[in-house]
Amino acid sequence: MPTANDPEKSSTPKAEVKDLSFFYGKVQALKNITMPIAEKHVTALIGPSGCGKSTFLRCFNRMHDLYPGNRYEGEIILHPDNTNIISRQVDPMEVRMRISMVFQKPNPFPKSIYENVAYGLRVRGMRSKQEIDGKVEEALRGAALWSEVKDRLKNLAFNLSGGQQQRLCIARALAIDPEIVLFDEPTSALDPIATGSIEELISELKEKVTILIVTHNMQQAARVSDHTAFMYMGDLIEFGDTDRMFINPTNKRTEDYITGRFG
Amino acid sequence: MPHNKIPDTLKATQIRALIRRLKFNDYVFSLVGLVCMMLGVITLLALFTDLLLDGMARLNYEFFSSFPSRRAEHAGILSALVGTVLVMLVTALVAIPMGIAAAIYLEEYAPSNLLTSIIEINVSNLAGVPSIIYGLLALGLFVYQLDLGQSILTAGLTLALLILPVVIVATRESLRTIPREIREAAYALGATRWQMISDHVLPYSKGGILTGVIIGMARAIGETAPIITIGALTFIAFLPPSPLTHEAPYVSFEWLFAPFTVLPIQMFNWVSRPEEAFLINAAAAGVVIIVMTLAMNAVAISLRYRIRKNIKW
Repeated sequence: MPTANDPEKSSTPKAEVKDLSFFYGKVQALKNITMPIAEKHVTALIGPSGCGKSTFLRCFNRMHDLYPGNRYEGEIILHPDNTNIISRQVDPMEVRMRISMVFQKPNPFPKSIYENVAYGLRVRGMRSKQEIDGKVEEALRGAALWSEVKDRLKNLAFNLSGGQQQRLCIARALAIDPEIVLFDEPTSALDPIATGSIEELISELKEKVTILIVTHNMQQAARVSDHTAFMYMGDLIEFGDTDRMFINPTNKRTEDYITGRFG
Repeated sequence: MPHNKIPDTLKATQIRALIRRLKFNDYVFSLVGLVCMMLGVITLLALFTDLLLDGMARLNYEFFSSFPSRRAEHAGILSALVGTVLVMLVTALVAIPMGIAAAIYLEEYAPSNLLTSIIEINVSNLAGVPSIIYGLLALGLFVYQLDLGQSILTAGLTLALLILPVVIVATRESLRTIPREIREAAYALGATRWQMISDHVLPYSKGGILTGVIIGMARAIGETAPIITIGALTFIAFLPPSPLTHEAPYVSFEWLFAPFTVLPIQMFNWVSRPEEAFLINAAAAGVVIIVMTLAMNAVAISLRYRIRKNIKW
């Protein structure tokens, strides 16, 4: 059973998942998950393919609402205002304006670098060019991309390399001043060097924002995260401090997975 | 691999023989395909050349600036050309916004249920309904029920109905090419469905939409049967009233209700005359229609290329 509230690395939770279940039609993909998401820390979700880690991540910005037949049960309480973000009464747009997402494959819009980063601001009706300019620069600096693109903001985003495109997507996610940023296997389509720079970036970003990352790469989880949740077949098997979990897992299945015996 | 008993040298010879055999099949198909393609292309080219040679003598300024006449050498296509342009204008103004809006609704908004499926199947089937059926529908609805007369408006609306399924199907196909990742990226930033559609889906798919629209228009420009059914005249020696006037409000919509003719009807009329001289006129009018159609297709191709150039996925 999940051992929530590990005493080792205590910090205030930004969000609390309480008894969360999720259904694709009649198929239950997540089973009664309870865990905290620590503020300004990196929480990694690991587990074999099909274990529900991406499904879990996509609950946080209500991505499942885009497709018919999906159903949530339980609560994800977002602090400080204690909003249950999976409640029917809460509009998914509202959730997505507070919690942004970086996807598996870099997916910039076929627009300019500038317009990609500015889009989240335009969605909110921001008009002032000065204000948008400032936010775009800030976000690109935050994603460690500014020095590489500052002279070609009007160029198409597709002309960037894969790693740069993914950092652009991170800048796009940062521009809206999110409270949590979700990363869904953000380096699985990138080469090792680009992966390294994204991991470094994630470690820097946690100074400012809460991060939840799905990864199939154990070393990546060990390198970038403070807390790790191991999931298997829709269950949360073990949750705890990353250092502790990788050295001394309490659950047999966690140990088997981490040491590469299955998965 | 050791669990195979054939000696390695023999295996290599066998593989080479197999590849030769397979490559021969490749070669045979490419030859058959080439012949089929050339048959189609050459027939069309021969037809167009023949038409051009026949009509060449009449393709001068006078032909474009004269009204029809009883004497073949004085007859021209002015009224038919103006009629075609005005009818196409009405068709475009009606079919494009309606077709695109319907396609967006079906593709992006409509819930997937039995009713939607039935509508979808029917839209695809409507694209294959013979055009004369549309003419009959228009005669009953626009001419008799709505009393719009045998006018440019009626013809434009009829052709708009005719190409609506084409526009809808092409638009939907184009909308479907926008990858899910791009849609999710927009939603993930808090965009509403309409923001996602108007900021992303429509701009990125406009190349395909435009191509569909122009192909639909190219079909409409050559349609004869439904226009005859609603009662277009074949001999029009005057132009519809000008849309611009000298008095306020300076625009007039009287032209919408004017009687008219269009190029294919003019051509049909000349072909059915006994005098051989009129056949030359018919050929010349045919060349004009073909050139207009080809020009529209050329525009569609170049627009598509230009828009697609900036998009990669």
